Amino acid sequence: MEIFVQQLINGLTLGSIYGLIAIGYTMVFGIIGMVNFAHGDVFMLSAFISLIFFLILTTWLGISSVAVALLIVLVIAMVLTSLWGWAIERIAYRPLRGSFRLAPLISAIGVSIFLSNFVQVAQGARNKPTPPMVQDVIVLFQGASGYNVALSYKQVIIMAVTAVLLTIFWYLVQKTSLGRAQRACEQDRKMAALLGINVDRTISLTFVIGAALASVAGTMYLLYYGVVSFNDGFVPGVKAFTAAVLGGIGSLPGAVLGGLIIGLIETFWSAYFSIEYKDVAAFSILAIVLIFMPSGILGRPEVEKV
Amino acid sequence: MTAPSITTTAQTQTVSRSFDLAAAFKDAAKTALIMLGLSIPILAYKTDQSGADLFLTPRWGLVAIVCAIVFGLRLLIHAFTASRSYARATPSPRQATELVDASPSAFQKASRFGIPFFLGVALAFPFLVYLIQGGLTESRYWVDLGILILTYVMLGWGLNIVVGLAGLLDLGYVAFYAVGAYTYALLSTTFGLSFWICLPLAGILAAFWGMILGFPVLRLRGDYLAIVTLAFGEIIRLVLINWVDLTNGGAGISSIPRATFFGIPFTAGEDGFAATFGLEFNGMHRMIFFYYLILALALLTNFVTMRLRKLPVGRAWEALREDEIACRSLGINTTNTKLTAFSIGAMFGGFAGSFFAVRQGFVSPESFNFLESAIILAIVVLGGMGSQIGVAIAAIVLVGGPEILRNLTFLQAIFGSGFDPNEYRLLLFGVGMVAMMVWRPRGLISEREPSVILKERKAISGSLVKEGHG
Amino acid sequence: MRWLQDPILDVQHLTMRFGGLVAVNDLSFKAGRGDITALIGPNGAGKTTVFNCITGFYKPTEGMVALRKPDGSHLLLERLPGYDINWKGKVARTFQNIRLFSGMTLLENLLVAQHNPLMISSGFTFLGVLGIGGYRKAEKEAIEKAKFWLEKTRLIDRADEPAGDLPYGDQRRLEIARAMCTDPLLLCLDEPAAGLNPRESLELNELLLSIRRDHGTSILLIEHDMSVVMQISDHVVVLDYGTKISDGAPAEVRDDPKVIAAYLGVPDEEVEQVEAEIGA
Ligand SMILES: Nc1ncnc2c1ncn2[C@@H]1O[C@H](COP(=O)(O)OP(=O)(O)O)[C@@H](O)[C@H]1O
Ligand SMILES: [Mg+2]
Repeated sequence: MEIFVQQLINGLTLGSIYGLIAIGYTMVFGIIGMVNFAHGDVFMLSAFISLIFFLILTTWLGISSVAVALLIVLVIAMVLTSLWGWAIERIAYRPLRGSFRLAPLISAIGVSIFLSNFVQVAQGARNKPTPPMVQDVIVLFQGASGYNVALSYKQVIIMAVTAVLLTIFWYLVQKTSLGRAQRACEQDRKMAALLGINVDRTISLTFVIGAALASVAGTMYLLYYGVVSFNDGFVPGVKAFTAAVLGGIGSLPGAVLGGLIIGLIETFWSAYFSIEYKDVAAFSILAIVLIFMPSGILGRPEVEKV
Repeated sequence: MTAPSITTTAQTQTVSRSFDLAAAFKDAAKTALIMLGLSIPILAYKTDQSGADLFLTPRWGLVAIVCAIVFGLRLLIHAFTASRSYARATPSPRQATELVDASPSAFQKASRFGIPFFLGVALAFPFLVYLIQGGLTESRYWVDLGILILTYVMLGWGLNIVVGLAGLLDLGYVAFYAVGAYTYALLSTTFGLSFWICLPLAGILAAFWGMILGFPVLRLRGDYLAIVTLAFGEIIRLVLINWVDLTNGGAGISSIPRATFFGIPFTAGEDGFAATFGLEFNGMHRMIFFYYLILALALLTNFVTMRLRKLPVGRAWEALREDEIACRSLGINTTNTKLTAFSIGAMFGGFAGSFFAVRQGFVSPESFNFLESAIILAIVVLGGMGSQIGVAIAAIVLVGGPEILRNLTFLQAIFGSGFDPNEYRLLLFGVGMVAMMVWRPRGLISEREPSVILKERKAISGSLVKEGHG
Repeated sequence: MRWLQDPILDVQHLTMRFGGLVAVNDLSFKAGRGDITALIGPNGAGKTTVFNCITGFYKPTEGMVALRKPDGSHLLLERLPGYDINWKGKVARTFQNIRLFSGMTLLENLLVAQHNPLMISSGFTFLGVLGIGGYRKAEKEAIEKAKFWLEKTRLIDRADEPAGDLPYGDQRRLEIARAMCTDPLLLCLDEPAAGLNPRESLELNELLLSIRRDHGTSILLIEHDMSVVMQISDHVVVLDYGTKISDGAPAEVRDDPKVIAAYLGVPDEEVEQVEAEIGA
């Protein structure tokens, strides 16, 4: 029982991170119908950006309050990662819009290969550990067997930040003209353009928002695991994509829900079955979900028009 | 909201011979500024480790260089497009025929001269290298490279059946390569079976796996199929890593028996290859044998593919790529047809895999990661989906191209002795993939050759050929 | 009333729902062997949906679609997998939005249509790859058949050109030729005259009549153009909002007030009366 509760907490934390990344996949797929293969690597890149700024702030500028440092890092990482998201779309995807269907996917794979190797060349191939950041825990209750169920401050921060940002983001896509333009482009891009919506800008903004949320995930990942390496983009990326599909690709609440489910499955699988096969489990879930329920939990089924 | 921006900048540009220098400078400066933003902090500060702590080393000089390069490149692009749009705007007699070009297409030109030329070079390659390098041992690097390229040509041709002909996007092709490699590795080390028995077994087993994996996934469409095949590829790799009892895990399987020349081993001894044929022993004999072995396997792949294209099954693959619904209305069992494409493609992957195992003498899961699948797919797409010669050219470019980096040691004079151009191989590979897609989204040779003709052979423009949705 | 005595197709209580939308509502009709049967109705009436149910693209929510073979045996089409409806049931179709293999030549399009017999003669590929067996001969025959249909549809001069290059009217004819290459007993045409000019439309009538005459193929046709329907069809079934509102010989149907109301629209006050009549 104690283990179960503990794993539930861990799973939800991990799931928050996946959910944040998954939104980027789901939004881009919704609006231009492509799997942005490089999204996982944008996430990894943002973790590096966070790491470096955290070092700058704490060791050079001498900011001793971790909370303040984290907040600044979060904002800077969001801005810089957004710039990356924007540039990637501008350079690698926009010229291919409306052309051969495979081209953007190959281009995205190219970007993914570029990003991970760029970070490797620029920062080295080793794992990068952060200085310990937030270490306090709240002991929720003590089990009979002496097993403590603990909620760490890290986990509180991660879940709180995720919740707050998701609310802001939700407001953005539901209530603003950007959100309306986005939904219009999802429905019919040509028609939206004819109605005076700036399609290019809307798509760019979609990438920017996706990258910004990925950067939040990147910062949280760094905070949670305390280490990052150049090839940490691929597997979390695939898992987040799984989450997006599981939730129903194109659906924003679905992405978050899918993220939480994947996070929970992964932690419980590791705890109760085998940690070696946890990625096999994630990939298998992806395959099973795509095969048996391709429209996901909250997605709309796609009808084949003859 | 601003006005709809469906128009591209190229159309709105006013055409003049001397392009607007000030605007170009401004734009280049803007681009450099963006590059500066992208460089912070990932280029500007390097994290290094001392003990348990990380510390930062600033590299603003490098950032400045990179931004300057970007600035220069952007200016160059401006100058280039300006001169090109000037040339475009100047009426030329050929302009009217640009769409319906009557001159021989790239495909026809490539097939008339290219195919015999490539075949000739491929057949004579070890001898040419021997002559140029002046010795067997000296030509080792080149023969090795030839084997590597041909392996990818073969893999590209195998995947071309799935992606290029049937239009099914497979991101996990490397799984079948792995099945083939491990089949040979395991059968030869545990049962002592010879390469020539294992080779067909590896193909059959890979085809079998192709069917097992293909059956559930082939009703998926588009990018979903790509992602599921990617997942299967990763699952197989992860199982190879974790199933230590069978595969020896991440350490891999070593001391795999080498192939013999139809029973004669490549050893220095009495009954070795060199002694039997009265040659002086040289390790390169084996390499040259491998070269011709993979050449033969690749040509077999090509031959079978060309043959299949002219058979009903091959036409059904292409029809499937064009319109699956129409296929069903014509009585074609689309699932079975996709399955044959998937498993025949897998079979050639399996052949290539067992060749890989016998050539390396060692297999480990790390040889079969997603990057391999991506490279093979990039070869197929860059080649122009469905074009056999295009795939061969793309394999040479993508696999041979990065080898040039090895020889750019003079760059060390500029960037310092710690500079290893080879580190940038994959980085440039990624950039190259993007650049090539932007430059030629349909690949090098996008024309399609009809599989049957009534009167005259005409290549079909790539813009009509569909790319499939599965 | 041939369709009552010797029907080739017997549709009974066919219903197709998409969520809440009833696209086809309890439709029963028969198509006579050797007849040209027209299925007409305003846009969105559910005609294409009926075709999709017959040719296996949709599984009907309810109802039965029976095909009567010349030997008198029945085949329930809704139970067959989609591809077998053409191969076993010998029902071929064309599409409202033309679906050609646009990157393949005309000849290739017609050879793909002969996939199943060619597959058998190539020994399911195994013999064909090795170059043994009678595949060469079978392919020659298939090409002859393709040539026959290309000549018949006057497309033979463009046999080696990609289908996507053809003008619209030619594409429509090629789609019919392709369907005919499967040797169908029943040919279902979804708005074959849509977008054709009057001359092409006349030619199409000729083609359809000669298909019926020379090959004994029964034709089921969706059509908007009443003049085409009146000229060539033997039997007309009228759909409106998924429900059958009239069924009979062309002249009868033309004078049916319900049909006139559906096509021309009726003043508001008459709607209820008409709805009461048609039982909606
Ligand atoms: N796959 C589908 N999913 C949902 N609605 C459909 C589908 N196919 C057809 N419909 C609906 O069924 C109705 C009849 O369509 P259709 O059969 O195409 O009419 P038509 O008589 O013009 O050929 C329309 O309202 C259409 O929107
Ligand atoms: Mg219709």
